[in-house]
Amino acid sequence: MFPGHWTKSFAFGLAALACASTFAYAQKSGGTLNLIVQPEPPTINVGVNRLGPASFIGSKIYEGLISFTPKLEPRPELAESWAISPDGLTYTFNLRRGVTWHDGKPFTSADALFSFQKFLPAVFFRAKLVLSEAESITAPDDYTIVFKLKAPFPGFIQIFEVTGGTIMPAHLYEGVTDYRTAPANQQFIGTGPFKVAEWKRGSYIHLVKNDAYWDKGKPYLNDLYFHVIPDANSRSIAFETGKVDVLRAGDVENFDISRLANEKGVELTEAGWEFLQPIGYLHLNNRRKPFDDVRVRQAVAYAIDRKFIIETIFGGFGREINGPFYSTKLYRDTSVETKYEFNPEKAKKLLDEAGLKPGPGGVRAEIELLPLPYGELWQRQAEYVRDALGAVGIKANIASVDVAGWFQRLTTFNYDIGHNFVYTLSDPAIGINQTYLTVKGDNAGTSGGNVQGYSNAEVDDILIKAAHQNDAESRAKLYSRFQEIVTRDVPLIWTHEMVFPTVFRNKVHNLTLTGLGTNENFADVWIDH
Amino acid sequence: MWSVRLQFLFWRLIKSVVVLLAVVVLNFTVLRLAPGDPALVLAGEQGAADAAFVDQIRADFGLDRSIPEQLGIYIRSLATFDLGLSFREQRPISQIIGERLPATLLLTLTALAVSLLIGIPLGALAARRPHRALDVALTTISTAFFAMPLFWTGLLAIILFSVWLNWLPSYGMVTVGIPAGGLAELLDVLWHLTLPALTLALFYVAIYLRVTRAAVIEVIGSDFVRTARATGLPAARIWRQHILRNALLPVITFASLQAGHLIGGSIIVETVFAWPGIGRLAFDALLQRDYNLLLSIFFASSVIVMVFNLLADSLYAFVDPRIDAGPAPA
Repeated sequence: MFPGHWTKSFAFGLAALACASTFAYAQKSGGTLNLIVQPEPPTINVGVNRLGPASFIGSKIYEGLISFTPKLEPRPELAESWAISPDGLTYTFNLRRGVTWHDGKPFTSADALFSFQKFLPAVFFRAKLVLSEAESITAPDDYTIVFKLKAPFPGFIQIFEVTGGTIMPAHLYEGVTDYRTAPANQQFIGTGPFKVAEWKRGSYIHLVKNDAYWDKGKPYLNDLYFHVIPDANSRSIAFETGKVDVLRAGDVENFDISRLANEKGVELTEAGWEFLQPIGYLHLNNRRKPFDDVRVRQAVAYAIDRKFIIETIFGGFGREINGPFYSTKLYRDTSVETKYEFNPEKAKKLLDEAGLKPGPGGVRAEIELLPLPYGELWQRQAEYVRDALGAVGIKANIASVDVAGWFQRLTTFNYDIGHNFVYTLSDPAIGINQTYLTVKGDNAGTSGGNVQGYSNAEVDDILIKAAHQNDAESRAKLYSRFQEIVTRDVPLIWTHEMVFPTVFRNKVHNLTLTGLGTNENFADVWIDH
Repeated sequence: MWSVRLQFLFWRLIKSVVVLLAVVVLNFTVLRLAPGDPALVLAGEQGAADAAFVDQIRADFGLDRSIPEQLGIYIRSLATFDLGLSFREQRPISQIIGERLPATLLLTLTALAVSLLIGIPLGALAARRPHRALDVALTTISTAFFAMPLFWTGLLAIILFSVWLNWLPSYGMVTVGIPAGGLAELLDVLWHLTLPALTLALFYVAIYLRVTRAAVIEVIGSDFVRTARATGLPAARIWRQHILRNALLPVITFASLQAGHLIGGSIIVETVFAWPGIGRLAFDALLQRDYNLLLSIFFASSVIVMVFNLLADSLYAFVDPRIDAGPAPA
């Protein structure tokens, strides 16, 4: 679908939509939506910070050139239409006319050019990496931007949504040299459907309707409030008492989600994570004993009951997975996977073969386990893994770490097993490569993705080839071989596809309309009132 | 007499400054000993541990210098009342603390006042007839609140007063959308303050109740009270001038100790009730390794401890004239 080319005109569709929206305008327009942001982000400028909370709020203020449907087809945003040349080398975006920034200045190709040439490569490592594929970025006129690539890179189109390719206002950065610390970063001037009205630190962030929004008649909502409520129980009470209308995954504990979803007038959706594709990881340190031995890594895969993790620890929210590719990812090939069912006996046999015989107390090896310091749920998962490994003779000691310590130890190979979950993103070349490509020395100078220190020359070769393969069929073959190798090598354990439910009152409509879910701009969200 | 008091306060002030300096050095050193590199955390927030990027962050915040050098720079900027920028928010720390400190002080000072107003009279009441029904009931109930974890008391209060009765808001400091300034906002803040302040106060009531009770019982049994009674002084006057005045000394000690915890002591209540205070700010700053911010919060709270200790010492001097004799120059 993504390789090759398409030139689409959305003019007709837009006209039809415009008629429909004028009709519905009267009922849909107005109202306030109350949400939770957890934790409070340091900034809501998604151009400089794209972690969950900043993306959630920033995506209403800023925009990308395109967005993605749940099937991951591009849909127009600041770009009205686009074309990719048949050789996969030239990407041309036709920008929307009549768009203004929140400060009234017009949006043109100069802004897009500034964002991709200067701003994003300076502040966002992934953007720098992918944009380095481009030989030139040019703006032939005020409403066109053209990327010429050095070699085909079919994943390229994926970086243009709001969190990956945030379009920033060039006019606020004239004369600025350090984009990361520029004072303009605190002004929150975007083109999005909502503008910043007030940020009361520690309490709430208030966004108001942008009356000059390019999509006439939208947004429907007048106000968005993002409440800062640091305690999970208090968040759940705020939803129950009707103070907030939406709970996102992580706002409350999973067992609370099921309870709240059963209340009258409350709905639950698992949609909206098609683009980010989160997978639970159990990193194994391939550079250290005992996990430098593939048999020991395979033994861990057999020793852990991944169904138990989904059903008991994550309260039924999750899907089984046996390899590196999320279920909606292109090129996923389950037929080549080596599958590891829950089988402690097989695990013990493999450990015997690897020379890890039971010592005193049945202990074969003693290792250190880093939990993910993101709350109770992850602590429980670490405890389960400790018990499951203990049952096959691997004594795991859970380390006490906070986020900073966890991050440092993972990226410096100072651990044995580490919990994590990762947004694997829609194109493998962007979201997957960094986790498996060989890292020389420590992780300095990389995106810190391959924290397990996995190294396989054939995998390196495949991943680099596949990233630049324009032909879909050849690309599929390469990725099948990749999945075959890594499911055999088990550089890490893929515990499950994370399912992040969103719970909301049924008066809220169009909440997770696109593949970006609640990171969409909310121009289409409306409420009964 | 006054010059002696002033001299006493002067030396206390000098001592405070020296202690403050020691605290600053200690905080700084201990914090740098913790594992976890702030530059890596910040880089992680941007989605990568790109080496050049991390080096840039280190240079920006002076983290590439030696620790003694960093300490020197830090103390020099503190001396000029420059708290610097927050690593994470890229905003002046004085501004960040300024946003949060009033909320915390409002909460903790209210709780302190309420706990004193409830605790002292109840303690005196309980002491009138020790081990009788009223005394047992009061001490048991207050101990129960003392023993209950704060988050638990808070959640029960929310369920009762917010969810079931719907009388009071369950979180936050203001209703969103209420016009700023004016009486409406003031009442709204008080309305939001009720639950968190009472939760915190109930916890402290037990302390003041028990301290007052013990002190009163001790004083009642002393010779001068018996003498006062024997001379036929009215009971009310004996209570006011002889018993309570003497019994209040340990209460002041405790109150000043607690006042020192005005900033840090309310993290849990601030969390449960989503109160936008400084305790939560400190907790977040610690997790984010926002050294500058964290050190400044420690600094601010040390200053508050010092100030309250000074206040307590001065109060002693007024309540108990004997204190004067203590620090007289040799």
